[in-house]
Amino acid sequence: MKTIDNSSRRSFLRQAFGAGALVLGARVLPTRALAALETAVFSPNVFVGIKSDGTVLIVAHRSEMGTSSRTMVPLILADEMEADWKRVKIEQAIGDEKYGDQNTDGSHSVRSFFSVMQECGASARSMLEQAAANQWSVPVSQCKATLHQVVHSPSGKKLGYGELAAAAAKLPVPDKSKLIFKKKSEYRYIGKDLPVYDLSDITHGKAVFGMDAKVDGMVYASVEHSPVLGGKLLSFDDKEALQVPGVSRTVEIPAFKPPHAFQALGGVAVIADNTWSAFQGRKKLKVSWDPGPNASYTSSEYKQQLQATARKPGKVVRNVGDVDKGFAAATKILEADYYVPHLAHAAMEPVVAVADFRDGKCTLWAPTQNPQAVQDTVAAAVGIDKKNVICNVTLLGGGFGRKSKPDYCAEAAILSKQLGKPVKVVWTREDDIHFDYYHSVAALYMKAGLDQSGKPVAWLQRSVFPSINSTFALDVKSGSAGELGMGFTDTPYALPNHRAENGEAVNHVRIGWLRSVANIYHAFAVCSFADELAHAAGRDPKDYLLDLIGPPRLVDLKAQGVDYPNMGPIEQYPVDTARLRKVVELVAEKSGWGKRRLPKGHALGIAAHRSFLSYIATVVEVAVSPAGKISIPRVDMAVDAGMIVSPDRVRSQFEGAAVFGASLALMGEITATAGKIDQSNFNNYPVVRMNEAPLETRVYIVESDAPPAGVGEPGVPPFAPALCNAIFAATGKRIRELPLSRQKLV
Amino acid sequence: MITLKINGSPRQFDGDPEMPLLWYLRDVVGLTGSKFGCGMGLCGACTVHQDGVAIRSCVTPVRGVVGKEVTTIEGLSNDSHPLQKAWEALNVPQCGYCQVGQIMQAASLLKQTPKPTDKDIDDAMTGNICRCGTYQRIRAAIHLAAKEKA
Repeated sequence: MKTIDNSSRRSFLRQAFGAGALVLGARVLPTRALAALETAVFSPNVFVGIKSDGTVLIVAHRSEMGTSSRTMVPLILADEMEADWKRVKIEQAIGDEKYGDQNTDGSHSVRSFFSVMQECGASARSMLEQAAANQWSVPVSQCKATLHQVVHSPSGKKLGYGELAAAAAKLPVPDKSKLIFKKKSEYRYIGKDLPVYDLSDITHGKAVFGMDAKVDGMVYASVEHSPVLGGKLLSFDDKEALQVPGVSRTVEIPAFKPPHAFQALGGVAVIADNTWSAFQGRKKLKVSWDPGPNASYTSSEYKQQLQATARKPGKVVRNVGDVDKGFAAATKILEADYYVPHLAHAAMEPVVAVADFRDGKCTLWAPTQNPQAVQDTVAAAVGIDKKNVICNVTLLGGGFGRKSKPDYCAEAAILSKQLGKPVKVVWTREDDIHFDYYHSVAALYMKAGLDQSGKPVAWLQRSVFPSINSTFALDVKSGSAGELGMGFTDTPYALPNHRAENGEAVNHVRIGWLRSVANIYHAFAVCSFADELAHAAGRDPKDYLLDLIGPPRLVDLKAQGVDYPNMGPIEQYPVDTARLRKVVELVAEKSGWGKRRLPKGHALGIAAHRSFLSYIATVVEVAVSPAGKISIPRVDMAVDAGMIVSPDRVRSQFEGAAVFGASLALMGEITATAGKIDQSNFNNYPVVRMNEAPLETRVYIVESDAPPAGVGEPGVPPFAPALCNAIFAATGKRIRELPLSRQKLV
Repeated sequence: MITLKINGSPRQFDGDPEMPLLWYLRDVVGLTGSKFGCGMGLCGACTVHQDGVAIRSCVTPVRGVVGKEVTTIEGLSNDSHPLQKAWEALNVPQCGYCQVGQIMQAASLLKQTPKPTDKDIDDAMTGNICRCGTYQRIRAAIHLAAKEKA
């Protein structure tokens, strides 16, 4: 067996749980905590193994939160090794750096691991072929792996993968340079629409999410946190809480030390023998807090500060030509202020984690996007080495970026250490909304000068927002290159004079990544302003947008002095305006732009945006009733995400992005009063429901051999501006602030 | 001590009769198919059937279902309900967390309205949130199941 040595961990787990003692939800899954490939006889690398019965085990090292990574990344390997998908068993990896990056965010599971999976699959296939050749004493060139067996072409002899596994295990792993890969035309699964691995479990209620994790002897905890970030616990009275049937005790969790990062927030935990009793006990707690300096945070005032900053010069982060000269020469000047509030992730599964600390080790079961961050965070929280933190990854009931921040895992670990038994920490929906790592609020200022023909001769854009970097460092005031590179410093328009500036802002709440991150507010301002210019110039918005994008070319941001991280090597993933133009043209054609007859009160809006290395153009059809009520009969999206694995799952991500985009555009808003978040549940933080969602979203995928880009996030950014551009076309009212629920259309 | 009937089997419970059915099912019985999403009957993730009709188990105390037939996803069908087949045929789920509640809600709808219109579906399903945004496929799957069933 050539798998990673995990014996110390295994013997610990056997001791800790005994056979069958560990129960995850309705199913007993003791192997979850073991090395994923330990039952394999052949395992040429950490991602694949073959058991003697021929079962191919493939490790899913990325988290499943709805994007299908858990299926589609292993599927690349299965295809390359000629495995029969029906005989593949997926094993979810624990957090372990041997797998490389496990942080399932940034839309990069396929992008970063396509070639890794191919290499692992091709290695296994090549070794199986060699093992068969040795057994038959024939040249390996006559042996071909085909659907779970190796066939000797001249004689037609066959050996199954299970029969070959033991012999293959004795062979050296071939050098990467010697591997021969399948041609695209030979793919069995890539490009086809295979269902996700967990489909039937999901529809039958058998899928195990973090909320469903259960360990023998486990107690339940609900934690009262300071309503204001950084507030200090003054005192608490738990007399009444302890009288609630099922409640056993309370535990104080120390406050985090700034910067907060992924630390447990701190507070008072109520421990009970079931979730509901813990919730009930917590309602009876009397807790007194010193709210601290963040009590100064009130959204209405903060908004004015951001907007005032955006009206002043900021730090120049991109400069082309001389915008001031351009403005002086322009015949028409346009200015606009845009504003997007904080958003909460509101995944359907509130954050939850089970931790079992014993004998200096901590085992967790958690819906996490980043099990290695769980290891680091828990190790620091309970004072052990990260190799003694075993993070089992359950399915995630949605993530959207929230579950890449494992503060809730630290809470469970701290409590388990203190109580000496396994603890399940369950956040209520109110906790989930009150103590999120919010998508950042942002104010933007846009200014353009047009010449007589309506062409932009100068374009100034300013963005002001509290940065995600405030998670990890104190006194952060500027946006990071990563945030600014999300649709702000990389605006791909052909502009002779173009300046981008970033103004300072201080955070008062935890700020974090949310599906498509800073692209949301940047694309809203940039794509809306492009539409404003088109109307000011009296031009068709789609034609004007194509002119703004300009001729097909690679935009050289480095030559313009931009600190632009891109999200992959720029040589492989340039900013290619030809691809952006193509999706605009495609979506215009498919949506019937300028041709489709629309009922009264209906109109189309268009927006195009490159993010996560993918090129997306969106046309939204809006219907505005005489009373000003908005509905969305149809959305068209053209997508160039490079090479893709599963067209159906790509379509589903973009269908979902339209709904996610509709939620943030129509109704998404988190506000604070005196440092405390005003919203608490789906009654006051609504998200789109079936009767408000786009009735039909059509997705057109550009066939591409370009390297795989991103799929999970890039559908979100162009949605809100396309919708608001459609509203302008329908009503003449320009929307510069979200959400639309705050706006009166008539 | 109260007696409940869950998926056809009688069960005794001597805990707090005010405990919501959801937490009784999940933490006491160990039926985890029904999900916790909001605790206020706002999202539908916890939907089960009481005498064949969809209810929100997170706001229904166990005392309220004494003498009633409670059906959860685990008891919806012996193998696959037409809705479960339709859900799989159209690859409806993304993360999957809300889908049990969606299916239970849709099953209740089809029982009362075997051939629902889009409007019927909107009216029945609007209480069930899907944050991944699978509504378009949920609607199509309900229509498909209605067709197959007929």
